[in-house]
Amino acid sequence: MMKKYRYPIFASLAIAPLILTGCGSSASPEASGSADSLTVVDYYNNDPDKGLIGDALDKCAASINVTLDRTVVPGKDLIQKVLQMSSSKTLPDVLMLDNPDLQEIAATGGLAPLSQFDVDTAGFAPGILEAATYENEVYGLAPTVNTLGLFVNPAMLAEAGLEAPKTWDELKSTAAALTSGDRYGIAFSSIATYEGSWQFLPLLWTNGGSEDDLTSPEAAEALALQVDLVNAGSASKSVVNWSQSDVKDQFAAGKAAMMINGPWQIPALSEDPSIEWDTVQIPINKAGQKAVAPLGGEVWTVPQTGNKDKQAKAAQLIECITSDENQLALAEARYTVPTKTALSEQYVALRPEMESFTEQVANARSRTGILGTGWPKAATQIYTGIQLGLTGQATPEDAFSKATAG
Amino acid sequence: MTIVAPRTEAVAPAAAAPAPGRRRRHSPERWTRLLFIAPAALYILAFFGYPIVKNFTMSLQEYTTKTFFTGEAPWVGLANYVTVTTSSLFGPAFLNTALFTLGSILGQFVIGMALAVFFKRRFPLNGFLRSMMLLPWLLPVIVSSATWRSILDQDSGILNRFLGAIGLTDAPIGWLTDPAVALIAVIIVNIWVGIPFNVALLYGGLQDIPEELYEAAALDGATGWKAFWHITWPSLRPVVSVVLVLGVVYTLKVLDVILGLTNGGPANATQTLAVRSYQESFVNFQFGVGSAYSNVLILVSLIFAVIYLRANRRAVDE
Repeated sequence: MMKKYRYPIFASLAIAPLILTGCGSSASPEASGSADSLTVVDYYNNDPDKGLIGDALDKCAASINVTLDRTVVPGKDLIQKVLQMSSSKTLPDVLMLDNPDLQEIAATGGLAPLSQFDVDTAGFAPGILEAATYENEVYGLAPTVNTLGLFVNPAMLAEAGLEAPKTWDELKSTAAALTSGDRYGIAFSSIATYEGSWQFLPLLWTNGGSEDDLTSPEAAEALALQVDLVNAGSASKSVVNWSQSDVKDQFAAGKAAMMINGPWQIPALSEDPSIEWDTVQIPINKAGQKAVAPLGGEVWTVPQTGNKDKQAKAAQLIECITSDENQLALAEARYTVPTKTALSEQYVALRPEMESFTEQVANARSRTGILGTGWPKAATQIYTGIQLGLTGQATPEDAFSKATAG
Repeated sequence: MTIVAPRTEAVAPAAAAPAPGRRRRHSPERWTRLLFIAPAALYILAFFGYPIVKNFTMSLQEYTTKTFFTGEAPWVGLANYVTVTTSSLFGPAFLNTALFTLGSILGQFVIGMALAVFFKRRFPLNGFLRSMMLLPWLLPVIVSSATWRSILDQDSGILNRFLGAIGLTDAPIGWLTDPAVALIAVIIVNIWVGIPFNVALLYGGLQDIPEELYEAAALDGATGWKAFWHITWPSLRPVVSVVLVLGVVYTLKVLDVILGLTNGGPANATQTLAVRSYQESFVNFQFGVGSAYSNVLILVSLIFAVIYLRANRRAVDE
């Protein structure tokens, strides 16, 4: 009798492996082996960037005799994808990261320091090296970077008989003068995401404030500028819900005469020749200040895959993609700025419209330079404070102390 | 679905329990019975049990980006729950979750019921209009919230233009930019998203009510509102309780509508427990804190599931 009853048990045990194999099928990495192909993950999932980066990668791969297996994921999914890959030990050989995320990922121990592969990091702009450095080791390099500047509509300025503003007072008066009908003087993004914090940084830093001391009077003054612009009606109340691409749409539609935005919007603006634009540096508050903008852009890293040969090839690929020649080519095609400061002059000759951004990059600061992995928390406090101020829930003086209270 | 399952399981063993003396003889049948249950049980264990247990243990750990690479997640006891409950956003998020759920359910249900009763009548294009009603359900929420974002835009949104044109408002309303109004705007959009679900279920329930009841009642002089209160509403009660409980559970966890419209802003006016959980986990990478938030949410859902089960049992007892 007993025997007879066992069969069902065996039958159910027979199902078990089917379920278990579902969990454990990830291949373990080989310690070393053939390095004739590399896997690459990045978030350039839209053309023209997708194609431009892909071509540059392929050329570099051909020069070091490897083939590439490239995966592109949407920007907002990249970190989740990286976390999945690191828990299943399937990190790619070459990984692109947005620069403020690098320290967070480097802190997990998932990336290899570039010094292991003798990659030369001399000549790169200090801001980008700072962003890519965790505990005195450089983990990634960027071929090109970007930053923020002030876009103006020259026709609208000329019509009002005004020049592009250089100080905050001029910014306020110019924005007020350019406001008419359903056109606002200026547009910027103060949305409740890191985008809003990123757009606030040029004002904060230029005024001498810092992300590790948000309750300073300098930070309150920077917020007061945004609040004044909105309260005066020179900027729409909707700035609290606009992403940077919404801001670009407002500017392109002629509903904003100026905007704070980055050079990655230039290809979209250039598509329509009827849109007139020019760029200048972010205005300063008081005489003697220097415009400081945040540094944007993506760095290429070598994850800890355990395969030494492939890691060495991956480092070579990164060296190639950040070479002078590739920096200039990618910067020209993508309206970004080469990361080697020595290339500035040559670049501005190629792309004169990028002059103000190129100057701005020389002084640009990274978001994680001071706080490192503490940046996400500060960024949350920054956008919370901005939102409290712009919606009238707190005065500019109180907004950040309210936001940092927890 | 998870709410209904425990009920049937709870009832089945009681009804099928073999008499003590006949146990031995029925053993083979018991095995067969267990085998029939096995696939469902394994499925529930793997896809419901495991995530819930994992989520619970995660909420007691310091689970960060580092954990994904090293696999190390130190135990921190209830520290994450302390972080959650002492956060200045917890109270407002809890209240917003309650208001959001209550407002959405009320709006969805009343409008859904009205439309379901309306579509019971025979009129030309009834079928066509009814299938058009499903449209909000078929659209990806992220698409519809992007559309609503432009409809609700303060300056150029069509809603403010319309309200201004018919003279209802003097100044444009800051639907998504005024902290006093944003929650209402988000609720309105969620009502719009939820109406098809309510109409579909309630309309199905209405089809099951025999026409004779209405005919008999009409002879006694009960038509219109009277017929609704004395025939439609009582006959529809089981469907109504399903619609409401599922509605509450679905609405408590709504995330995409809010993320698409306001991302929890302006000035945290539309923060709910679900948004907090998402932002802690996937924006701040504090997975432990995020899972503590979601456990609070699971607890609230569970309370509603229990209320539903008890209400149903009472209905059966009656």
